[in-house]
Amino acid sequence: MTEATLNKLRILAESAKYDVSCSSSGTVRRGRKGDGIGNTVGGVGICHSFADDGRCISLLKVMLTNVCMYDCAYCINRRGNDIPRATLSVTELVDITMEFYRRNYIEGLFLSSGVVRNPDYTMERLVRVAQDLRTVHRFNGYIHLKSIPGASQELVNRAGLYADRMSVNIEIPNEQSLKYLAPEKNFRSVYEPMGYIRQGVLENKEDRRRMRHAPRFVPAGQSTQMIVGASPDHDRDILKLSAALYSTPTMRRVYYSGYVPVNSYDPRLPALKQPPLVRENRLYQADWLMRFYQFSADEIADDSHPDLELEIDPKLSWALRHPEQFPVDVNKADYEMILRIPGVGVKSATLIVNARRFRRLNSDHLKKIGVVMKRARYFITCGELPRQCVSDVSPEYVRRQLVALPRGAREADPLQLTFDFGS
Amino acid sequence: MIVFRFDGSFDGLLTSLFDAYCRRQFPDTLLRDSEVLPMFCDEVHDVVSDDEKSGRVWKSLGRKLSAAALSAVATSFLCEDPAFDTVLFRYLRKAVDSPGSIEGDFTDPDVIEVTRMVRRVRYETTRLAQFVRFQKAADGTYFGMVEPLYNVLAIAVKHFADRFSTMRFLLYDKRRGFGYYYDGNEARQVTLPDELYHIATGRLSDDMMDSDEKLYQDMWRTYFKAIAIKERANPRKQRQDMPVRFWKYLTEKN
Repeated sequence: MTEATLNKLRILAESAKYDVSCSSSGTVRRGRKGDGIGNTVGGVGICHSFADDGRCISLLKVMLTNVCMYDCAYCINRRGNDIPRATLSVTELVDITMEFYRRNYIEGLFLSSGVVRNPDYTMERLVRVAQDLRTVHRFNGYIHLKSIPGASQELVNRAGLYADRMSVNIEIPNEQSLKYLAPEKNFRSVYEPMGYIRQGVLENKEDRRRMRHAPRFVPAGQSTQMIVGASPDHDRDILKLSAALYSTPTMRRVYYSGYVPVNSYDPRLPALKQPPLVRENRLYQADWLMRFYQFSADEIADDSHPDLELEIDPKLSWALRHPEQFPVDVNKADYEMILRIPGVGVKSATLIVNARRFRRLNSDHLKKIGVVMKRARYFITCGELPRQCVSDVSPEYVRRQLVALPRGAREADPLQLTFDFGS
Repeated sequence: MIVFRFDGSFDGLLTSLFDAYCRRQFPDTLLRDSEVLPMFCDEVHDVVSDDEKSGRVWKSLGRKLSAAALSAVATSFLCEDPAFDTVLFRYLRKAVDSPGSIEGDFTDPDVIEVTRMVRRVRYETTRLAQFVRFQKAADGTYFGMVEPLYNVLAIAVKHFADRFSTMRFLLYDKRRGFGYYYDGNEARQVTLPDELYHIATGRLSDDMMDSDEKLYQDMWRTYFKAIAIKERANPRKQRQDMPVRFWKYLTEKN
């Protein structure tokens, strides 16, 4: 371990940083007393730090090498780019991981790699790192391995025995655009390894039903990532693809990465001044609606609204497009419908259905429970005097009210007269 | 106003509940011994903590509240906030008096307050799991310093002992002046003199440090800088998720 290693780590972290996946969730590994180190807690990840861009650092996210034989337009590590290249040896990387983990800097390792020589050669080296960590160093923390597109099923099967989660990135949500931006790739090269992982997990499920102690295979399932804004695709298509992925049995997370113009010289890419951060945020909100709020992709974005609105969130946007669904009576409505009220989250929805068994809820109760009344008041009724419901006043009025309010601003008291002194 | 004074322990709190039912007299305020009495009070009762009484109260609470709610009550008490004692007392009294369980009644201000406090205390425990940074000493012991808002070190140590079962480590709470030393088998509470350099500063001195420690710290700092995307800088989000009060002992922020 020397200065040279430190420099390599810098170069390889710089190369890995555009991959947004970071979670260390989805598995429980109990600590093994007196045997190696590591555990993962309760199926939820732990973020150990937050970088200057506000993103969490949970896993040591690094590439084994940033040398790559591909030339994908959106990628910082493409063959044609003149950037410093480095390669970590298996021992170096294993050492860094163990030492970082012992100091409680990280939750585990997220390893990816540029493709050198051929996919199998690259994958083999990734597997060796994971294997060394698990068998030689008895590492029991989290390991997330990237599956290299085009790697053989046999290697994926070996990797799955050591990894908690595996991922293959789709990157571009539409095959035509993918072929245009990354001529060496196609959807098959992405879906094939995904299929291998899925098959492995399902077979493993069977095995574990028969033998309780059969080793686990990718227990935290797989994830993937799509770059947003590098190709002209609509949010509707992105969300449809996500929904299709979530319907497969092992897909746990789809990440969206606002395209950071790393290769601005390439004419195939849009010229962006800034990464589309708001759009990315709206996509994550839509993703949450699908996973936790029982929305379907069509409800969030359809042919008449192919893109998410940037100025309001997708849940509010849905509510304003469907004023006929409101007001919702919080004392009677189903949990599913309460979840759809803007200003009510999963937590407050649960509290509401719990609390209303004791007494009728009024707006004071809702406020105490944590409902954002500023938004919710246009969409609920709770047995008090009717307030301005979205179905009585117009959706446009509600939108104006909610958009105009900057963060933290106090709303005007409707009973207060205002005098205009013509200033 | 009726005031009960207790010693500030959890047993003391449960004993006050016992006394209240014995005397058929319920306090408006619960005070700790260290606190000053209000200017006007009709009656002051000094509660003497009693294992047997508190045990009986705890057992009978078990018939009224679920195991999860009991653990929530014990957890919320770790906040050590004297103002919260009265809230918790009212909560427990309601639990005893109500025919069914009150734990789901989120229209009740005390239930909400207790739920909120539990959430805060648990979050502080999580934050320790996130932001403790160990430094390796020359003798192979790992050392970490923290200043948690609530008294959650004991819970955090359980997590670290499970995770690092083959390591020896010392985790120290500077605010409360005690820590836990885990020797590879079990954790025990220790108190160290404040004058020691590493207790005073939270850092190991150069001669106490393992020879590789500096290098790994540098590596971590380098990594921390390299992983951020400059185009997306967002200091507000960083401070929101990693409050500044933790930065003092974070390797990457020093």
